[in-house]
Amino acid sequence: MIALRLGLGLVTLFVISLLIFGAVELLPGDIAQEILGQAATPETVAAFRRELGLDQPAYIRYFVWLGDVLQGDFGNSLANGRPITDLIATRLGNTLFLALYAAVIAVPLALTLGILAALFRNSLYDRAVNIFTLTSISFPEFFVAYILIFLLSQTGWFPSIANVSPEMAFSERIHRTFLPALTLTLVVTAHMMRMTRAAIINLLASPYIEMAKLKGASPTAIILRHALPNALAPIINVIALNLAYLITGVVVVEVVFVYPGLGQLMVDSVSKRDITVVQAAALIFACAYVLLNLAADVLSTLSNPRLVHSR
Amino acid sequence: MSEQSLLLEIKDLHIEGRADETWQPIVKGVDLTLHRGEVMGLIGESGAGKSTIGLAAMGFTRDGCRISGGSIEFDGINLRKASEAKRRGLRGKRIAYVAQSAAASFNPAHKLIDQYCEAPLSHHVMSREEAEKDAVELYRRMRLPNPEEIGFRYPHQVSGGQLQRAMTAMAMACRPDLIIFDEPTTALDVTTQIEVLAAIRDIVEQFHTAAIYITHDLAVVAQMADRIKVLLKGDEVEEADTRTMLATPKEDYTKSLWAVRSHERKEQPLAGPGETPVVSLRNIDAAYGKAPVLFDVSFDIHARRTVAVVGESGSGKSTAARVITGLLPPSSGEVLFDGQALPTGYQARSKDQLRQAQMIYQMADTALNPMQKIREIIGRPVAFYLGLSGKALEERTRELLNLIELEPDDFIDRLPSELSGGQKQRIGIARALAAEPRFIICDEVTSALDQLVAEGILKLLDRLQSEFDLAYMFITHDLATVRAIADEVVVMKEGKVVEQGRKSEMFQPPHHPYTELLLSSVPEMDPDWLDRLLAERAAAGTEPA
Amino acid sequence: MNTQAVGKALRTAPPTAWFGMIVILAYIAVAFLAPVIAPYGEREVVGQQYLPWSAEHILGTDKLGRDMFTRLIYGARNTVGIAFLTTLLAFLLGSILGLLAATTGGKLDQLLSRAVDVIMAIPALILALLLLTIVGTSITNMILVIALIDSTRVFRLARAVAMNIVVMDYIEAARLRGEGMRHLILREILPNAAAPLVAEFGLRFCFVFLSISALSFLGLGIQPPTADWGSMVRENATLITFGEITPLLPAGAIALLTVGVNFVVDWMLHRASGLKE
Repeated sequence: MIALRLGLGLVTLFVISLLIFGAVELLPGDIAQEILGQAATPETVAAFRRELGLDQPAYIRYFVWLGDVLQGDFGNSLANGRPITDLIATRLGNTLFLALYAAVIAVPLALTLGILAALFRNSLYDRAVNIFTLTSISFPEFFVAYILIFLLSQTGWFPSIANVSPEMAFSERIHRTFLPALTLTLVVTAHMMRMTRAAIINLLASPYIEMAKLKGASPTAIILRHALPNALAPIINVIALNLAYLITGVVVVEVVFVYPGLGQLMVDSVSKRDITVVQAAALIFACAYVLLNLAADVLSTLSNPRLVHSR
Repeated sequence: MSEQSLLLEIKDLHIEGRADETWQPIVKGVDLTLHRGEVMGLIGESGAGKSTIGLAAMGFTRDGCRISGGSIEFDGINLRKASEAKRRGLRGKRIAYVAQSAAASFNPAHKLIDQYCEAPLSHHVMSREEAEKDAVELYRRMRLPNPEEIGFRYPHQVSGGQLQRAMTAMAMACRPDLIIFDEPTTALDVTTQIEVLAAIRDIVEQFHTAAIYITHDLAVVAQMADRIKVLLKGDEVEEADTRTMLATPKEDYTKSLWAVRSHERKEQPLAGPGETPVVSLRNIDAAYGKAPVLFDVSFDIHARRTVAVVGESGSGKSTAARVITGLLPPSSGEVLFDGQALPTGYQARSKDQLRQAQMIYQMADTALNPMQKIREIIGRPVAFYLGLSGKALEERTRELLNLIELEPDDFIDRLPSELSGGQKQRIGIARALAAEPRFIICDEVTSALDQLVAEGILKLLDRLQSEFDLAYMFITHDLATVRAIADEVVVMKEGKVVEQGRKSEMFQPPHHPYTELLLSSVPEMDPDWLDRLLAERAAAGTEPA
Repeated sequence: MNTQAVGKALRTAPPTAWFGMIVILAYIAVAFLAPVIAPYGEREVVGQQYLPWSAEHILGTDKLGRDMFTRLIYGARNTVGIAFLTTLLAFLLGSILGLLAATTGGKLDQLLSRAVDVIMAIPALILALLLLTIVGTSITNMILVIALIDSTRVFRLARAVAMNIVVMDYIEAARLRGEGMRHLILREILPNAAAPLVAEFGLRFCFVFLSISALSFLGLGIQPPTADWGSMVRENATLITFGEITPLLPAGAIALLTVGVNFVVDWMLHRASGLKE
């Protein structure tokens, strides 16, 4: 069962790499010509094509590219010729740091709030939370970000520009990146909390919940002992979905706060049409996304006794 | 029993349910008195309010319901006035509940023993070790296989009949004074039902527990209850001790319930040897994917005859219907219609071949498109097969409604949701008739209906059969239905035909052993039936483990 | 649903749903009446850059000296219009293929479902960025890219909804009657799938609207001088750090509409779930 899932995950990764590589092949026109400009002589273009390996058939270039990527070599940027791996290394670390920062706050917060909302469903608390979360999932990330800047950065407590450097102390880093992390937390918590609540409430109509009530179980025991174990699989998926969402949310937030992360690099490269960099960034984001979903799949399989203990 | 002390006293109970923003009465002033060790049978058709009353005896109402009047006193405690904490303290400890579907009512995430121990631990009745030891003892008394080991399984690893017994054991965990049994055997096959009934009755007797036994099945309640209370639409009809009630019911409604099973169709003579059957199955093998489900199934159905295909769940009776309709092409064998082989898949059949064989479904709720009016549901096959339109279509649709005894003006513009269960089933019949078929498959068409309504449907089908010379294949698990409508019977078990022949022969010994088991397992209205059967089986050495 | 039922539903609608409906209607009105309401032309330079609020320019001017209020009004037309068009496109593509896949089953279903799985295995914004790099940034390209990506989500839902309907006995009855695919989808399945699909349309609109705004904010979507809320925020963002609220207004306009639509959808979904809780 689990081996099957893992195998399927590998296949997905392979297909995605193929897709991302293939998409670039569809690029209209000749990359070499495009980079060198119309003024270049046919000889220089041909030489450059050889350098890029464009004279090889596509499938050979794919395997060469894949082999390089697996060894951590993403090729060179079309815009400035520097090795992409160097461009990405620290930025990827920064992005992961920011996403992790937000996740560490958001996941426990959202789960607690969601379980509480399910426990006190239809109470004033539940309704207020419903309106609040519905509102905050409706806000564009940059709106949340600018509101926070507007409210918190003018006081001087937190900087509106999150410029970090590798040698910076951890506490300083936490402080500098507080606003972007808070933005992501707000956006993701609302989603996650709503889904957690829904996952639990969905189960409350089950006959076994009524049975638990008729055995004299307390409301807390009903949620924690009877609903929660069965809601684990959906909740794990909710967490994975939202962590994956963090990955994309990071892109916009990094731009707002001028944070030196992978997302910002990707956006810059899109406007420059620096296709090799975009390719590399897309591949990294997509892999992170697939791996998260894969992990969720495996964990939720493990949480279901029906799948773990056969008849 | 009269000297025994009072345990539960319900007086003038009123319960309302929320529907369309208003409160509608569900229970309208019911009294109920129960003494220690007494078993009260609550019987009635759907909508009688029996489950609602059963839950109210625990001081519990489902979401969207409320107790609006009357009193519920359990052993001197006023359940309506008591705090929620106090009521919770009683539930599972002094009053326990056994639900209809054990498979759905056990939490799939926990082992049986963990769920067993929950009530004894949370009510501080005994320690975990004591509870586990006690569970094994109760499992043994409930005649569960491997009582030491079965508790350590998850619900999905245990069969339906065993789960139902495990749930009864769980209800017994704190040795309650009262257990509410809410249709505990309705979801089970007849042969399984016997074992569960016997186990429940024994354990209730052994521990001298009082019980409220809720069911719609008269024969079952006759075995289980000391007294019977008959309910109709939230009102009490009458109450008496079991033997009196069975022998001399007072009220007309009760008498009509008792009389339900008296309908019996006159058996048609066998078709002549030269007569070609309308439908004929020849050596059918079929499989779902790689799992074989039918093995060498053959039988014939003649015009004006009803062939009842009988079997328990998993016997392959519905699969046989899917083969005939072409939904499941057989892996070998063929289906003949009027002596001609039909293409195996329905997609390959001609419009006329499709028209000739129609189907009526068990669940009228899912068989009628909820977004279409009756006019369209019945009119579509008329227009589709016979090409009628405009006024002719309208007239034919009305004619069909008249045939199924529904007033056209009243019904033609309704949606299915505006019909009762029996009316929906009649629309299903009209839709089949609209195609002017020669053969109709009736798949458990009465099993979701109350007995009186089902009776009406059976009579209607009978009448239509003689009027239009129809051939019926009647799929059912209920032998009473077979007795009522069949000319010939096909008994199936695990994908094979075990026995087939005329009904009159089938109900006469000697039987095939499986037919014998099926026949003897159908509860009879005699209160001594279960005792007698168990005694007979014990003597013959066939008592199930 | 007949008029009576609609009337009853409206009467029992909660305040949040009313709020949402009013907001949506107001935006539609503004979008249609933009030239009437707006005091200046959409791209007209009317004064100095970054003028403060005044009687002449109620919300001041932007960095090129164009009237903020005017551009905000036109934004309703451009941003909302483009988002609506994109959603419609995504919806048609996704729901038609989804219903078809569920009804036909077999190889077509397998093929479409696997293709959708692959597209959905890449985060939406990332895939949008990748595709936009390849085809180049323009309004048409953005509409097509977002519609394609979003149609996969619609496909999933439409297929799932239809799968639940396809197993019903009335569908089996219609198949056994010999009905064609057209009748099955249009007469038997669609009427039963309509309610969840309409709710999904609202949710999808929000998602598309936010995606387009994000892309425009990143400078990769709707391009100036077309008045658009996302790019308006980007152009004037520097003012926010100085405590100016004006650049937040277009972002607020996006948020308000999304909130409104979400409130209405939430109410519809709650009603559809039969008010169980």
